[in-house]
Amino acid sequence: MDVSAPFRDPGISRLIVGKIAGIAGELDDRVKIMDFCGTHEWTITHYGIRSLMPENVELVAGPGCPVCITPGYYVDVAVKLAMEGVRVFTFGDVYRLPGSSKGAPRNLEEARSEGADVRIVYSVADAVKLSSDGKESVFLAVGFETTAPATLSPIYRGAVPDNLSFIVVHRLTPPITKYVLENYPQSPIRGIIAPGHVSAITGAAEWKFVAEDYGIPVVVSGFEPVDILLSILEILRQVRDGRAELVNEYSRVVRWEGNLRAKGIMRSTCEVVEAGWRGIGFVPESGLRLRKGYSRYDALVRYGVPELSKEAWLEDLPPGCRCAEVTLGMAKPADCPLFRKVCTPERPYGPCMVSSEGTCLIWAKYGGDELLRGLREEFEPT
Amino acid sequence: MCLGIPGKVVEVRDRIAVVDFGGVLREVDATLEEVNPGDYVIVHVGVIISKMDPETARETIEAWEEMIRTLEES
Repeated sequence: MDVSAPFRDPGISRLIVGKIAGIAGELDDRVKIMDFCGTHEWTITHYGIRSLMPENVELVAGPGCPVCITPGYYVDVAVKLAMEGVRVFTFGDVYRLPGSSKGAPRNLEEARSEGADVRIVYSVADAVKLSSDGKESVFLAVGFETTAPATLSPIYRGAVPDNLSFIVVHRLTPPITKYVLENYPQSPIRGIIAPGHVSAITGAAEWKFVAEDYGIPVVVSGFEPVDILLSILEILRQVRDGRAELVNEYSRVVRWEGNLRAKGIMRSTCEVVEAGWRGIGFVPESGLRLRKGYSRYDALVRYGVPELSKEAWLEDLPPGCRCAEVTLGMAKPADCPLFRKVCTPERPYGPCMVSSEGTCLIWAKYGGDELLRGLREEFEPT
Repeated sequence: MCLGIPGKVVEVRDRIAVVDFGGVLREVDATLEEVNPGDYVIVHVGVIISKMDPETARETIEAWEEMIRTLEES
């Protein structure tokens, strides 16, 4: 049985799209809705949901790609360790992520081609298993709350061998959302589609502040097209009625309080610190760092590498790259002169073209709204 | 990155669960969630992060359909 099948139903989708158009017609102004999560952006673009939106409803992608916002500094550290003979494990998405240094190798892929031992793994458990051979190894661990427990659970349980340590670049999503809302009020976001799998860990309740402190409707959404359409419909209803509430559309997976066991492990092993986001800067209380009691698993401590500090922060996007604005929902990939010209899926130039959840890569693969809107106008009788 | 893959638990032993992803069986980490054979789960980077409740899924669709019908009448 496919539990999610009704959430891909074209009939239900059409019905909701009709309602969305109806409510949007009652609104006087434009409504900008931010989909936080890269996987939501994938669904929206892959299924052409933007092309189904009324003229005054705009969907913008948010900072929900953990690979894109990983500071190049940590890639540099991993590359340096790899070139010094340490085996480096990471997820596939991180493999081609460029570091900040101009010199070669500029990412782990190039380090590997120069003879370094770099392994792509599907899970932390795979890295733990492979490290039983005793070789000095480092895991470049990126990801949001969804991914952090996968790194931290084996550490917490003492299941990690002594020769394996972690460059922990886990980042937290409510603080960056708050940062976007605080710092970019000139680009008013009228609704937020909150990340479903992050919320499976944090709990839906974590997003209450969006409605209560900022007066913005927020819906925790699943990842099927019907999930997204329902979330958009709910946001538009609230905007029309002048309400701002938190709704959990993804209740089949997300509990109000989240995964308590995972949250307990995160709290026990890590402290919450001000942390760097690529192209954005340092954001208060937005990163995880291993506590003193677990510092033997901290690769930075183990190899005497300084943690990235606010003072040492450098803009680490390549010249001309507009990834930061794309990440913050200020620009569309097509606004960047490099997009699909210099920066392509085959030869990514900026970080948003690297990850399968990077907005630029998604748009390059499946087309953005301009293309689809143009086609629709051509085929629909006016 | 936050891709969650839905599957069905076939077997649980110790902290490992065997999950059926549409015919493909894989061992995944079951330390974060109490699961039993027959449970639907969401797996992220080899770890079960949450259960998926088919009953709630059905109720969600029904509730929204009801809401959409109400919109129709108003």
